[in-house]
Amino acid sequence: MARITLQGLRHSYLANPQSEQDWALKRLDIEWEDGGAYALLGPSGCGKTSLLNIISGLVRPTEGQVLFDGIDLTDVPTDRRHIAQVFQFPVVYDTMSVYDNLAFPLRNRGVPAPEVDATVRAIARMLDLEDMLRARAAGLTADGKQKISLGRGLVRADVNAIMFDEPLTVIDPHLKWQLRSKLKELHQRIARTMIYVTHDQTEALTFADKVVVMHEGTVVQIGTPIELFERPRHTFVGHFIGSPGMNVLPCTVDGGKAILDGQRVTVQNPPTTALDGKRIELGVRPEFIGFASDGLPVTVVKVSDAGRYRIVETRHGTDRINLLVDPDAVVPSDGARLRFDPAYARLYADGWLAE
Amino acid sequence: MDAKTDNPRGWLYVLPVVVLVAFNAVIPLMAVVNYSVQETFGNNVFFFEGVKWFEQVLHSERFHASLLRQLAFTGIILAIEVPLGVAIALAMPRRGPWVSVCLVLMALPLLIPWNVVGAMWNIFALPDIGMLGRMLNGLGLSYNYTQQPIAAWATLIAMDVWHWTSLVVLLAYAGLSSIPDAYYQAAKIDGASSWAVFRYIQLPKMKRVLTIAVLLRFMDSFNIYTEPFVLTGGGPGNSTTLLSIDLVKIALGQFDLGPAAAMSIIYFLIILALSWIFYTVMTRGEGQS
Repeated sequence: MARITLQGLRHSYLANPQSEQDWALKRLDIEWEDGGAYALLGPSGCGKTSLLNIISGLVRPTEGQVLFDGIDLTDVPTDRRHIAQVFQFPVVYDTMSVYDNLAFPLRNRGVPAPEVDATVRAIARMLDLEDMLRARAAGLTADGKQKISLGRGLVRADVNAIMFDEPLTVIDPHLKWQLRSKLKELHQRIARTMIYVTHDQTEALTFADKVVVMHEGTVVQIGTPIELFERPRHTFVGHFIGSPGMNVLPCTVDGGKAILDGQRVTVQNPPTTALDGKRIELGVRPEFIGFASDGLPVTVVKVSDAGRYRIVETRHGTDRINLLVDPDAVVPSDGARLRFDPAYARLYADGWLAE
Repeated sequence: MDAKTDNPRGWLYVLPVVVLVAFNAVIPLMAVVNYSVQETFGNNVFFFEGVKWFEQVLHSERFHASLLRQLAFTGIILAIEVPLGVAIALAMPRRGPWVSVCLVLMALPLLIPWNVVGAMWNIFALPDIGMLGRMLNGLGLSYNYTQQPIAAWATLIAMDVWHWTSLVVLLAYAGLSSIPDAYYQAAKIDGASSWAVFRYIQLPKMKRVLTIAVLLRFMDSFNIYTEPFVLTGGGPGNSTTLLSIDLVKIALGQFDLGPAAAMSIIYFLIILALSWIFYTVMTRGEGQS
């Protein structure tokens, strides 16, 4: 059990990183609370697996420290960090039985046999693997194998954190939610820190108490799922999370309001500093836009039915604006105008929430 | 439903393969079978002899001795080449510019024609002018493979190890390269020793290619002819007369076609049986996975 702190972390896979592009991870300071359920969310290649491997010690960061409960473990090898990791593709020891697989980490650490037996059986019960303890691990299905790899982490009493690197990639869709709820249940039962890497927003938002969103080697926001949805700190978070994502519209600022093609839009965050020379955008989620008698004039391009709501695609000049309406709401055929909810319309400067 | 769709044209399509296999394997083999049950004194006159030649070969001391030498030779080279090949494959770099350098170096011995390998070692090991022979004698060892059976065997085995270990290396290396990094990372996290990594990850993942390596090396070494023929010619005395060398002596040297044909068939059946045993033992228990 430990609080994990990443301090001034930077990492490059090149020997001599020159430009900003060379860094796979750009300056990170993150604190992972003990016992938290975290998700590391971002598109492929954003650096989330690198970050995970740095925490587990499989990769040594170019700069910065990794602290466990305030103790610097940057140079300490993986097996002494007390970390468990579940990989994208299930890793099981093919020639061993399920039982021996689960016992393997304990036997390697010289734990006495009776204790190994008790722990293995307890964990197998927790993971519903009890009936297959004698079976050969190689014969199990993908979800069974993933449970074994998770189990090998759970058997150890000293585990500080369990990391998941896109663990559901190879699992059949109908088993995904089962395994996901199993993970959630386990987290509540054993209260260990869990860090879950994924590019799937549903997985991240349902699993985690806190989601860390990464983009091009930077952490753009750390927050609860609600915070990410209601108050994205970066336009990337806005359109990566949510379906459809946040509308981001180029605009200008005047007197604390956004000016969108002559229309004044009240925003939740009137800027307090000058935004000269920066790229200014207005970000509003489709959920917080509605048709109104006055406001931004648009033409309706497409309406698609999503069941509980309808997605309306509209166009203003070259900008596309999506909004959600009730299934029985009337979509104006022409002369449509849009109103943005002032509590959720925000200004972004160079991608970041304006201050 | 009409289960049987009989189209005679189908036979036409398999005909080329049938012809190829017939001329390549079936007809020569049948010719050997034909010889093995007959006696000839030349002039293309044959007399039927039944299983006489088979009985003769099976009871022949000479055949027993050759077979024993053959088994010893194959056993020794397998015991050296397989572990050595795996060890070299484990020591080779997994990525970087040295990978191709190592692979090319490893492949080199395999590219040399077999009789050239024999000739190279023949000269290399000569006690008076060969580098190896002179060096060993210079070190105070009395070494002459043309006169001492033990020296001849040692040279023969060294030559085969030099020539063929690479094959095991390349196959084992291919097996190792196919192991995803995650396995090594998981093993590190599980606190596995390097022996445990070898025993539970690398060896099981190499099992299939090693099965092929062992089978290939077994069959090839059991058939070996060219290299010992060029190196020692079966001598000194009969000390390195392996099965195929003996067979050629009987068939072409003594022109005993019947016994030679019977011996060929026995020889073939031994290889077939041993290959089957190797295969069955090495792939045992795989059906469950």
